[in-house]
Amino acid sequence: MSFLTLENVTLRFGGLVAVNNVSFHVGKGEVFALVGPNGAGKSTLFNLISRFYDPAEGDIRFEDKSILKLRPDQVPSLGIARTFQNIELFEQSTVLQNLLVGRHRHAKVGGFAQTFFTPAVRKEEMEHRRIVEEIIDFLDLQPYRDKYIAGLPYGIRKVVEMARALATEPKLLLLDEPASGLSLEETQDMIFWIEDIKKHMGITVIMVEHDMNLVSAVSDRVLALADGKELAIGTPKEVQSHPEVIKAYLGSSGLDDKKEGAKK
Amino acid sequence: MRFVFKRSYNDDIKLFKHRTQMFWYLALLIFVVALPWLIDDFLIGEATNVLIWAIAGMGLMVLAGHTGQASLGHAAFMAIGCYANVIMLQRGVPFIIAFPLSGVIAGIAGTIIALPVLRLHGIYLAIATLAISILTDDIIVITAPWTGGVGGLAAPPFDIFGVDINRYGTPILFYFLTLVVTLLVLWAYRNILRSPLGRSFVAVRDSEISAQALGVNITKTKAISFGISCAIVGLAGALLGLFAGAFNNETFNLVLSIQLLLMIVIGGLGSIHGAFFGALVIGFLPQAIAITRDGISETFGLGTIIIPGIESGVFALILIGFILFEPRGIYGRWIKIRTYFELFPFYRKGMFKRQKTYLKTERMK
Ligand SMILES: Nc1ncnc2c1ncn2[C@@H]1O[C@H](COP(=O)(O)OP(=O)(O)OP(=O)(O)O)[C@@H](O)[C@H]1O
Ligand SMILES: [Mg+2]
Repeated sequence: MSFLTLENVTLRFGGLVAVNNVSFHVGKGEVFALVGPNGAGKSTLFNLISRFYDPAEGDIRFEDKSILKLRPDQVPSLGIARTFQNIELFEQSTVLQNLLVGRHRHAKVGGFAQTFFTPAVRKEEMEHRRIVEEIIDFLDLQPYRDKYIAGLPYGIRKVVEMARALATEPKLLLLDEPASGLSLEETQDMIFWIEDIKKHMGITVIMVEHDMNLVSAVSDRVLALADGKELAIGTPKEVQSHPEVIKAYLGSSGLDDKKEGAKK
Repeated sequence: MRFVFKRSYNDDIKLFKHRTQMFWYLALLIFVVALPWLIDDFLIGEATNVLIWAIAGMGLMVLAGHTGQASLGHAAFMAIGCYANVIMLQRGVPFIIAFPLSGVIAGIAGTIIALPVLRLHGIYLAIATLAISILTDDIIVITAPWTGGVGGLAAPPFDIFGVDINRYGTPILFYFLTLVVTLLVLWAYRNILRSPLGRSFVAVRDSEISAQALGVNITKTKAISFGISCAIVGLAGALLGLFAGAFNNETFNLVLSIQLLLMIVIGGLGSIHGAFFGALVIGFLPQAIAITRDGISETFGLGTIIIPGIESGVFALILIGFILFEPRGIYGRWIKIRTYFELFPFYRKGMFKRQKTYLKTERMK
């Protein structure tokens, strides 16, 4: 059984081919990285997997079933969660409330019961809260639990967004530049977390990342893209030394400096 | 300064955060219950009026304040609640059934209308709901056999388990009826806000993209919010009809819709408090203007001058003032004042300044 498969996926924005006949598959339990210069189509791939965009051609399968018939809001119930490159949190809510929205797909009680806040609702709320608290502990978010997002620094927001995705209890986690804008220390934490997410939670991770230290530290396999096309796929080492990849990056700037370039 | 020590997850679910808060709300409850013995029947009528506004305000707040969808058509759903209630009463349905049912009918009507309308965003949504407001007038006239058309309807007398309730005959009972409805709506509203449903409303308001990425069905959530909103507003409409005694196609006009929206903006969007503060302003504004006007004429020895449109004018000025100086409404201002005293003398000026928000991706819009 294959976990996630993309088959000859193509997406165009008008004349621009953002994703050009891309095929790859990700195995269960892998940490899979997407790298490539700005505009390579990495985030667009995420938007395709989470069904925000319809591919012009090709198929996307999750656990052997095509997901192309699903709406974006049906994707989380398959067990796919994601973060956004530019952080999409609920600004006027607290960290805790944000994470609780992550529990949405597990909410079972009906709206009528919620209106009266029946004991069943309370019981379920406690259960959501217990799971959310585990994630808060895991990501060291305790000091921010009741803080509003609007007042939090960038680095914390990144972590909160990852926490919210984890609150959905996914099988597959898509992280769009988890370390961009993080300090060296925060990036180090991120490396540990991603390893734990893989090892202890058994969650498969696909991440877009420009920081090659992070990519080499955590990923099993790497796919390099440029201008929507696959350049190379393999271990971090193989991909980094691949002549096509080096050429693509020389066109913009050096591989390891990409982190800076991505931040603006 | 106060530190709240939480010992169980239940502490975050409770309706009152701490004892002091509970104490103040209890005091407020005792005050509103004792009100009929403190003021005369005329003022009780005014208080009832404020409560009806507050119910309608809560109704619109669900949609505009918590789900982020502005509506300029809510008077239409007040009309549906009002007419449904009175038509049922006229045909002998007991109040205790007709009244809740009128809310349900308004809610269902709202949900049905919401499905096509809520696909629109921002200003387009406002225009579409505006159309609903304008259509209501015509529909009431067309359906004259039931609604009485231009001639209108008169609210029949009604009773609850044999106790006659009448706005003029038993204003105190009418006040208590309105108070009970207010409290029930308030309780249900709070329950929704602390449940998954309320969180999905706020999620849709703050980021449709990530709400979807977490499994929230946007269309469905908006429709539910619209439905709940219209049901509550329908109940307010039903009470308003009974309170006014008579009404016709012009009672629930566009101006009412606009007033409703402005009321919750002034009160403070996004909090239940806002609905009540807004209701107080709108309920007492005419009195306040009258008193000021009389005061002015007296001091300057002028006769009573009646300036047409003064109410709307003052209202508009207040609104512009709020948008310019306190966009978070009266409730937002109140929070600042309270924090000032709680933290005294440590309050800093920039405390409520919104932090820089980071640019949202343009591509994902
Ligand atoms: N909604 C859209 N409409 C038009 N063009 C788009 C849209 N989304 C993305 N693009 C274009 O598609 C290409 C791929 O964009 P994408 O966001 O996937 O790049 P990326 O690899 O994530 O780059 P970065 O490292 O800057 O995040 C870019 O040229 C971008 O301008
Ligand atoms: Mg990107």
